Amino acid sequence: MAYVAVSGGQEAIEESIKLLKYYRTDGESDIEIDAIKDKMKLLIDRVISEAGLYAPDYAALALKQCEGSLEEAVFILRAYRSTLTRNHYCNTMNSVDMRIIRRISAAFKDIPGGQVLGPSYDYVHRLLDFGIPDEDKEEIEAWRTEFEKNQQAEEVYKFHRVSDLLRDEDLLEEVPENKKKPYDVTVNKLPLPAPRSARLQTLARADTGYVSGLAYSSLRGFGSVHPTVGELRTGWLSVEVPYLLQEGQEIFVGEVLVTEVESFVSASKTTKKEHDEMKVGVGYGCVFGRNETKAIAISILDSALRANGDSPVNDEEFVLLHGDCLEMNGFLSHLKLPHYVTFQSKLDQLRKKKEG
Amino acid sequence: MDHQNNKQHYNFAFLDEGAKREIRRSILKAVAIPGYQVPFGSRELPIGRGWGTGGLQITLSIIGKKDILKVIDQGSDDSVNAVSIRKLVTATTGVQTTTDTGCATIIQSRHRVPENKMRNDQIMVLQVPNPEPLRSVSPKEVVSRTLHSEAEYSGIWLRLYEGIIKYGHTVSGADHPVMVEDRYVMNPSPIPKFDNPKLHQSDCLYLFGAGREKKIYAVPPYTEVVSLAYEDYPFAVEDMTGRVCKLCGAENVYFDEIFDSSTGEHYFQCSDSGFCARRRGKIGGN
Repeated sequence: MAYVAVSGGQEAIEESIKLLKYYRTDGESDIEIDAIKDKMKLLIDRVISEAGLYAPDYAALALKQCEGSLEEAVFILRAYRSTLTRNHYCNTMNSVDMRIIRRISAAFKDIPGGQVLGPSYDYVHRLLDFGIPDEDKEEIEAWRTEFEKNQQAEEVYKFHRVSDLLRDEDLLEEVPENKKKPYDVTVNKLPLPAPRSARLQTLARADTGYVSGLAYSSLRGFGSVHPTVGELRTGWLSVEVPYLLQEGQEIFVGEVLVTEVESFVSASKTTKKEHDEMKVGVGYGCVFGRNETKAIAISILDSALRANGDSPVNDEEFVLLHGDCLEMNGFLSHLKLPHYVTFQSKLDQLRKKKEG
Repeated sequence: MDHQNNKQHYNFAFLDEGAKREIRRSILKAVAIPGYQVPFGSRELPIGRGWGTGGLQITLSIIGKKDILKVIDQGSDDSVNAVSIRKLVTATTGVQTTTDTGCATIIQSRHRVPENKMRNDQIMVLQVPNPEPLRSVSPKEVVSRTLHSEAEYSGIWLRLYEGIIKYGHTVSGADHPVMVEDRYVMNPSPIPKFDNPKLHQSDCLYLFGAGREKKIYAVPPYTEVVSLAYEDYPFAVEDMTGRVCKLCGAENVYFDEIFDSSTGEHYFQCSDSGFCARRRGKIGGN
């Protein structure tokens, strides 16, 4: 029987919430929040990226709270985020200063500073490892100690961008420097048409699966962007905020792990000569944590949104308005709410038609 | 959603003061331009996006300690979503709640306007899924915004006309568009057509919030609100004649149609549960 018509809905809801707790606490062994943070790093990275809140500890707590549901964890963090006052905007970060853990280029074999493979699943066979259940804690500890001993002291090295090579040769598409303050879609409605900063921010917070699928559609043929990954880098960036009491001074507030991609696409420059000049255009993507597919996908969509065409990826409203984890999941799940009034109104019309 | 047992301290009415102030500014603008959709920086809430977060942000931004809140969903105080929203607001504000329309200062609702006539000291907050009446004319915001600015609504009139040609009568159901103060066409939110006339020259302030679509709009008291219709096919509300509430015996109200699967019985009861309870002498708040 319907849960509006019958009263006592509140009691039923409370029982449902109890049952949910029963499900969450199921099983013999518990999982520590620290363990989630340390052992489920990439899941944490997805949550903080889609939540737009760099809070690995809270992400781990949220995951424990919702049985590991990605969309619920993002939801909880986003809601928590709404309770926080925005006190500062940090200074612009330059990824040339990044403390690199991984940095590759698919465009050039040899890049100044070299390719740094870092930790990546790209180079392993995806075979189910039946050895893991029998892993011995002491053995692992010994292995880690040995590994750390052999690691070289971290070299502090400035990795210049691969795209600088092309810029020096005047092969890069010229993009006028934009000194405008970046748009912030978390405190303002996304303007349409959207400035590039708003697009990149929206995509950085978007659902990973959504942006990946859209970028894939462009690669397969619903669009014309077929890029080369010029550079992909993952590493730590210092977050600094301006010191209010003394101009030019800044305060270091911490580090964030990000993945940044510059993908190269073909572009052209109109010239006065008979033919246009070929150039290399750059699509840009940057996300919290280690999430390379998403960063690449964003760089493709960044290019696609600036290109002309009739494909879905060229349509800014299509791309930007349907990928927010909360918005799409919220609206889809609202279909479970009662619609008695609206449906009654619909029925009224159907019956009228019959009578008429 | 167990806020009471949660050790975390939340700001009064959940949102930070800056956000609330910003939303109140958007509301003021909306009141100043009746029917115009004011874009705002919609915040995420612990309630599902698409589950009434637009209305909720309005409520949270305007509510004060002395307010008395009523939350209804499809007319019912006891519906899942109404319970959940009421719980969040009380957990973060401690305000009094009621099911009695007459006692409430703020009423947040989804899909219904209460049967009782609302007063000038009351605010009606409606949750909005699709704020844009021109969305069926064009899926694009840039286009619909231009059409609004030029008051170019022939696409909507055409849609009404096509319905009449095809079916012989107006085919719109809930969320039948209205013309506000002879300027902006507005979606009244998916209230049944039965409730549309209540917006016209009303005593109370109507606020509409669309959280996912990030728009706020308003119908201030004593505003002209006319449901769109052609002269030869006048606007008509859902036909409730011959129906009587099984519980309270009310007539000429909006009804839920109930099928009792165990007895095969088919009957009606008031969609407005507070109204029905009051008629039966069963009403309460906390």
